[in-house]
Amino acid sequence: MKANIVARGISTLSRNFLTGSYPLRAVAAHRVWNWPSLFSSFSSSSSVHGELQTQPSSSTRPALLPAESVNTSAGARVRQSMSASETAGERTVRHAFGNVLAFFILLLIGVLAFSIRLFSVIKYESVIHEFDPYFNYRVTQFLTKNGIYDFWNWFDDRTWVLNSLNIPLSVETVCVFTAPTFSAFASWATYFLTKEVKGPGAGLAAAALLGMVPSYISRSVAGSYDNEAVAIFALIFTFYLYIKTLNTGSLFYATFNAISYFYMVCSWGGYTFIINLIPMHVLLCIVTGRYSSRLYIAYAPLVVLGTLLAALVPVVGFNAVMTSEHFASFLVFIIIHVVALVYYIKGILSPRMFKVAVTLVLSVGIAVCCAVIAILIAVVASSPTKGWSGRSLSLLDPTYASKYIPIIASVSEHQPPTWPSYFMDINVLAFLVPAGIIACFLPLSDASSFVVLYIVTSVYFSGVMVRLMLVLAPAACIMSGIALSEAFDTLTGSIKFQLLGYSSVNSQAAAGDASPDSTSAQSNALKPDKSEETAKERTSKKSKKKEKEREKEKEQVDQSSVQPRAGRRLQVLPLEASIIGVFLLILLGAFYVVHCVWAAAEAYSAPSIVLTSQTQDGGLHVFDDFREAYAWLRHNTEVDDKVASWWDYGYQTTAMANRTVIVDNNTWNNTHIATVGTAMSSPEKAAWEIFNSLDVKYVLVVFGGLVGYPSDDINKFLWMVRIGGGVFPHIKEPDYLRDGQYRIDSQATPTMLNSLMYKLSYYRFVETDGKGFDRVRRTEIGKKYFKLTHFDEVFTTHHWMVRIYKLRPPKNRIRGKAKKSKSVRNSLIISWSKAFPKFNAVSDRLNPAENEFSINLKKDCKDQEEPLAVKRFLRFYKLLSQGSEVGLVGYILLQAIFRKVIPYRDVGKISRILQYCDILVYISVFCSRRESRIIEFVGL
Amino acid sequence: MARSTGEDAQALFHSLRSAYAATPKNLKIIDLYVAFAVFTALIQVAYMAMVGSFPFNSFLSGILSCTGTAVLAVCLRIQVNKENKEFKDLPPERAYADFVLCNLVLHLVIMNFLG
Repeated sequence: MKANIVARGISTLSRNFLTGSYPLRAVAAHRVWNWPSLFSSFSSSSSVHGELQTQPSSSTRPALLPAESVNTSAGARVRQSMSASETAGERTVRHAFGNVLAFFILLLIGVLAFSIRLFSVIKYESVIHEFDPYFNYRVTQFLTKNGIYDFWNWFDDRTWVLNSLNIPLSVETVCVFTAPTFSAFASWATYFLTKEVKGPGAGLAAAALLGMVPSYISRSVAGSYDNEAVAIFALIFTFYLYIKTLNTGSLFYATFNAISYFYMVCSWGGYTFIINLIPMHVLLCIVTGRYSSRLYIAYAPLVVLGTLLAALVPVVGFNAVMTSEHFASFLVFIIIHVVALVYYIKGILSPRMFKVAVTLVLSVGIAVCCAVIAILIAVVASSPTKGWSGRSLSLLDPTYASKYIPIIASVSEHQPPTWPSYFMDINVLAFLVPAGIIACFLPLSDASSFVVLYIVTSVYFSGVMVRLMLVLAPAACIMSGIALSEAFDTLTGSIKFQLLGYSSVNSQAAAGDASPDSTSAQSNALKPDKSEETAKERTSKKSKKKEKEREKEKEQVDQSSVQPRAGRRLQVLPLEASIIGVFLLILLGAFYVVHCVWAAAEAYSAPSIVLTSQTQDGGLHVFDDFREAYAWLRHNTEVDDKVASWWDYGYQTTAMANRTVIVDNNTWNNTHIATVGTAMSSPEKAAWEIFNSLDVKYVLVVFGGLVGYPSDDINKFLWMVRIGGGVFPHIKEPDYLRDGQYRIDSQATPTMLNSLMYKLSYYRFVETDGKGFDRVRRTEIGKKYFKLTHFDEVFTTHHWMVRIYKLRPPKNRIRGKAKKSKSVRNSLIISWSKAFPKFNAVSDRLNPAENEFSINLKKDCKDQEEPLAVKRFLRFYKLLSQGSEVGLVGYILLQAIFRKVIPYRDVGKISRILQYCDILVYISVFCSRRESRIIEFVGL
Repeated sequence: MARSTGEDAQALFHSLRSAYAATPKNLKIIDLYVAFAVFTALIQVAYMAMVGSFPFNSFLSGILSCTGTAVLAVCLRIQVNKENKEFKDLPPERAYADFVLCNLVLHLVIMNFLG
């Protein structure tokens, strides 16, 4: 509803702007051709910067009238006819009105952008959803407790500001509402950026579009406490400041540009996009001969300051100068200096002498350049990955990730997008973008060329990864905003002309021709004006073409028939056509709004932790299985029990169930994830051994087969196999495939049917409906009746979405092994006691029977200060009883600890640090931490 | 051929010198400042080549401080240059204030980074 109002507001606004915007456009068009006057008008507008000025040049027009007589000749032509009766006073009032209106529209857009993201809070509750944000949430909790210095070491968000202002908010509330707030900021930043490119009308349209673009909503609904929501704001704002600097040539903005770049570096790794896009634009400007000293001022300080500031961020550090992602900016930095020098010398020399200088310098310069480039290439090529990090490489070469890093490829948002996802995420904008690009080319200024470059690169990147649709969204919004506002300008303009009648049009055209100062300057100014008119024509045609084919044809016929009548310069559409056009555009906008609201309400607001579905009679059915399972874990398991699950659920389990997990969403520890993947794809017994060696007590699987929840572990199984197989070669993907597909029906391979994941997912599944029909895969499962030998089902949630299994204790199986291991152990003890006399003091405790030992051990432990650590060491004992040599070492270590060879306090400390590690790591770290005494003792 | 190039070069030098002599004094001072900053940067690079860049952040901040100072001074020079038509309306005071602000930010960052 609100969105509709805004859309309507824009259309009325553009109608209101009509009189004001024509002179503005004439000036804007003129600027492109005449830099000095461009600067004069921009610097005048920059003097009132900081406010929401909707009419930069026309609001300051009275003061500039003498200086801009050239411009007014073009502007006056239009104004004379359109507002012949209008006095200067009325105009001022109108501009003031426009200012206020624009301000309120911006405010409304902000409110809209904020409120459209609150569906999740209204429909569910104020929770943080998704998996990743739980990590951010924990960081923030840490942050508010420990203050700013730890914050810097941890590096995350800025909630402490709010808390230090004594605003009574809980951390969680702040976290939930951070994303919507920043999306409102982002839409304002879009307004400013587009205003710099194409004027305030386009700015407002773009801001309104961005406020509700589904792609951005998907990342910034209330509760998705993720840094991308902030990053997009930072991205747009940095671009705005860059364009602003480019237009004004003011160092002031250059400084702020660098600072906002720093902000971007802090918030997202995607900052490399900025530091590559801006040099590309600078290079483009230089190559196309658009170099100006403003370009130098916009770019050179940004590189120096930006590099320094980026190096301050701990995550980036020296990478800011060491990796190839940043080399482009340095190269362009050198180039722009050379170009600046050339332009300077060209300025002070006579053309003939300059020619001489060029011939002289070229012969020397080319040689030097070649040498420098050769050295650079050699340096880059000598580094192993050519200096590019894996994520960036996977951007440039879309096949890189799937070849080398399955963990990156496994995340669904790193996949290339499909066409429906484009339509889902940017909707009608996809069709408006080409029109916007054309509008940007007529007339092409520095700013609009930047926007064109932005959209082209972001389209490429979004084609590589779904996730980068987020970068595309602002560009698409800006382009569509431009297209929409141009179309509205033309259509409403022609309506107005029609209503005023042809006579005034003609007289106005005549007035334009007859005006006294219609010198060469005027024709110069008129030319772009005309071309812009045609641009609008095309834009309006374009946008309608996307709308309906038939409509377009009719339009073209109309236009061609009308054009001769409508005078030479002002090609006015017929009244009916333009009214229909406006109507269709509003319809298009309405369609977009409806889609966005739907996306916000239905598609993206559902937290993945709570699910809902419509029942057949229209009621709402809530699946709260995840929280049910986490609550069960929290209440029914020991504090230090470890839980194994696929890594998606790691942070969530840690945060909500307060249990240690084996792998979590920090995807860079590949080996652990691969271990779990291997376990999940192994047969039961092997999996049990793996989990047991990892000290896992419970295994958690997500299963959607009963209710049709598609993103469950069976669908992710493909990645478990691939990632596991990437590290442990005995897992081979073809074993799980039948006809190149993962199948779980009767066609499935035996390896698949025996894998742990299959068994844990479908255990007792057939009891639900008697057939074992999987609603996600839409098939009956292949193996229906089986028993688990090494796992016990301990909990299954209401809708079977989360199933928790406990590892069976190993006691029934060790007998055969124990004998063998005993002999190994004894021989080891003997050899050690020979080597280290001190060992005897401990080893006399080794001889008694195991039961006795454990009793003694418990007795020993009772008076110790760290019961947790004691429990851990009891596990060592368990491992020992399995007979592994690793366990033996641990056992001896244990003895050493209880004999106070190692101070007990350190054990607790170390064991807490090493929660995730298995015994070997434990001991090796132990050895490196403690002095040689221990090393000697353990014999490692 | 070689002789003509030599003559050309000489003529070039002459015209360059005469053209540069016409620049106002304040611009020349800025030029000197830029040259000094670049020279300092070169000294640091030479030192780095001989001794090594071990405290890398110190080296980096040294180089970037010099480069940054030079770049900002060039920006200032562009802005206060009377012959530059693009910046006719920008008062030199404003240009200088911007320059000071930018330098302030630059050197605060460098102090922070110096470690």
